[in-house]
Amino acid sequence: MSKIIETLRYADSHEWVKLEGDIATVGITDYAQHALGSIVYVDMPEVGDEVTAGEEFGAVESVKAASDLISPVSGEVVEINEALEDSPELVNEDAFENWIMKVKVNDPAEIEGLLDAAAYAKICEE
Amino acid sequence: MKYYDKLIFELSRPGRKGYELPNNNFGNDAFSKLPSDLMREVPAELPEVSELDVVRHYTNLSMKNFGVDTGFYPLGSCTMKYNPKINEEVAQIPEFTAIHPLQDEKSVQGALELYYNLQKALANIAGLYEFTLNPYAGAHGELTGLMVMKSYHLANGDTKRTKVIVPNSAHGTNPASAMVAGLEVVEVKSKPNGSIDVEDLRPLLDDTVAGIMMTNPNTLGMFETEIMEIAKLVHEAGGLLYYDGANLNPLLGKVRPGDMGFDIMHINLHKTFSTPHGGGGPGSGPVGVTERLAKFLPNPKVKKNEDGTFSIVTSDDSLGSISTFLGNFGVMMRAYAYILTLGKENIRNVGPLATLNANYIKESLKDDYLLPIEGVCKHEFVFDGLKDKSTHVTTLNVAKRLLDYGFHAPTIYFPLLFHESMMIEPTETESLETLNEFIDVMHKVAAEARETPEKVIEAPLTTLVRKLDETGAAKNPVLTYRHLQAENAKGAAE
Repeated sequence: MSKIIETLRYADSHEWVKLEGDIATVGITDYAQHALGSIVYVDMPEVGDEVTAGEEFGAVESVKAASDLISPVSGEVVEINEALEDSPELVNEDAFENWIMKVKVNDPAEIEGLLDAAAYAKICEE
Repeated sequence: MKYYDKLIFELSRPGRKGYELPNNNFGNDAFSKLPSDLMREVPAELPEVSELDVVRHYTNLSMKNFGVDTGFYPLGSCTMKYNPKINEEVAQIPEFTAIHPLQDEKSVQGALELYYNLQKALANIAGLYEFTLNPYAGAHGELTGLMVMKSYHLANGDTKRTKVIVPNSAHGTNPASAMVAGLEVVEVKSKPNGSIDVEDLRPLLDDTVAGIMMTNPNTLGMFETEIMEIAKLVHEAGGLLYYDGANLNPLLGKVRPGDMGFDIMHINLHKTFSTPHGGGGPGSGPVGVTERLAKFLPNPKVKKNEDGTFSIVTSDDSLGSISTFLGNFGVMMRAYAYILTLGKENIRNVGPLATLNANYIKESLKDDYLLPIEGVCKHEFVFDGLKDKSTHVTTLNVAKRLLDYGFHAPTIYFPLLFHESMMIEPTETESLETLNEFIDVMHKVAAEARETPEKVIEAPLTTLVRKLDETGAAKNPVLTYRHLQAENAKGAAE
């Protein structure tokens, strides 16, 4: 059974978001890392890039497949997790600890449209 | 078998050789006439080996291979059918192999006739008007086909049509080819059985759509029963239908893409028409189109003249040239030999037999393996891993264990619609005995997964190399001999 954290918000494309002020931290879920298997590369955006909710912002490549990363929020990338450049496997070790990007969001209310933990858990069961 | 991994350069000894050149009877020395800036300063480092060295080296290397000539190869989506040896015999006829594309066309009439006849045969089989045999492989065929689609819309002044609809279950080459052709990919959802969701398709169809790319049967091996309705909707919206010939095998001689409403298609000769899959080539991906699109096909083309002779022609309406000369001729000879060997009557049996074999395996194994889509499949089907998930034995483990039993693994982790996909395609050329052996082994592996899962997880145990470090290979690839030597030296030092 995959881990789901109660306090986070989720997209049905298996990304999680944690909003603090107007900064959203984004990563992929434990369910996603488990489904992908051993991750060998995380293709991240660059600081300063604009991301749009529902659109691709990067990709995760595992030994099984390459999968697009879909941004759950809109705004400007202010930080990326550089540790993943050399050690993408950190996402397998702890997908919630090892976030991918931080975004200064245009509209913090946007996050209300995302799934809560219970709704996301339901998607994973299906 | 002894492990063998030498390079032929490692066998080289100065002065050793396995050949003797004939005396120069012409009395001229071409090399002395070459300007010095065209001459090498350092002689080429070629391996110096005896004939026996060469024979042993390549025989030993070939024994490390697994091919359809050594065993059952149920690699789903790839159609690893047996390649009859008569194909090779035909392809080695010196009158064909010793010709050059720049020869006067009067002296290569036989080759042009073969090109023309194969083109016609494929058009008959596909229910389309004309084929080009120029593209070098399936994905190249896709690109060529999409260029035809684009040329057609542009010739109509229809510059708004920039979108190509691709099902989310499609082969990855479809969206990739559309991107390379400068078109925008729009995804259409598929239903749980992999079929296109017509209700999801409807709102996507407007005057910005250039066309749709599909395979039928779809990626899960199921026939798209709503194809006629889909074709009607796409055509009404002014779009064209592209057929990915990857899954043509089960329909061969039975159902024609042209009759289903497709306007453009490519055929993978290495799948459906028994030419070698090779180590990345040479391949051939002929593209066929309906009559109204024929003028856009790439240059050059082979035309039959009224007097029965053949000419190489170019036309101004064509999208241009996509290959050097007329494509990979050696592959065409093999496919032509295959079609003529089977003949009209027997080619109709290919699809039904491929379908029967796939359904036989599917029904025989669904007690131990999870079958997400019930019902009659075509030439291939997908299991979602072992039925008993409590063993923690994955599809990867099962695939590796099959190698221990002398079978090639099925395609795994594709399609992406399931987490533990295992895609099995036996093809029509396997006997009942081979299918039964495979079924027995699959049952045995399922039993091992329950009783001794650690053994299956450790597999393969008997192959030349054990389980490979895929993560290490992706993160830290060693791709050259020098790099390997450096790694080995580092390993020895530690």
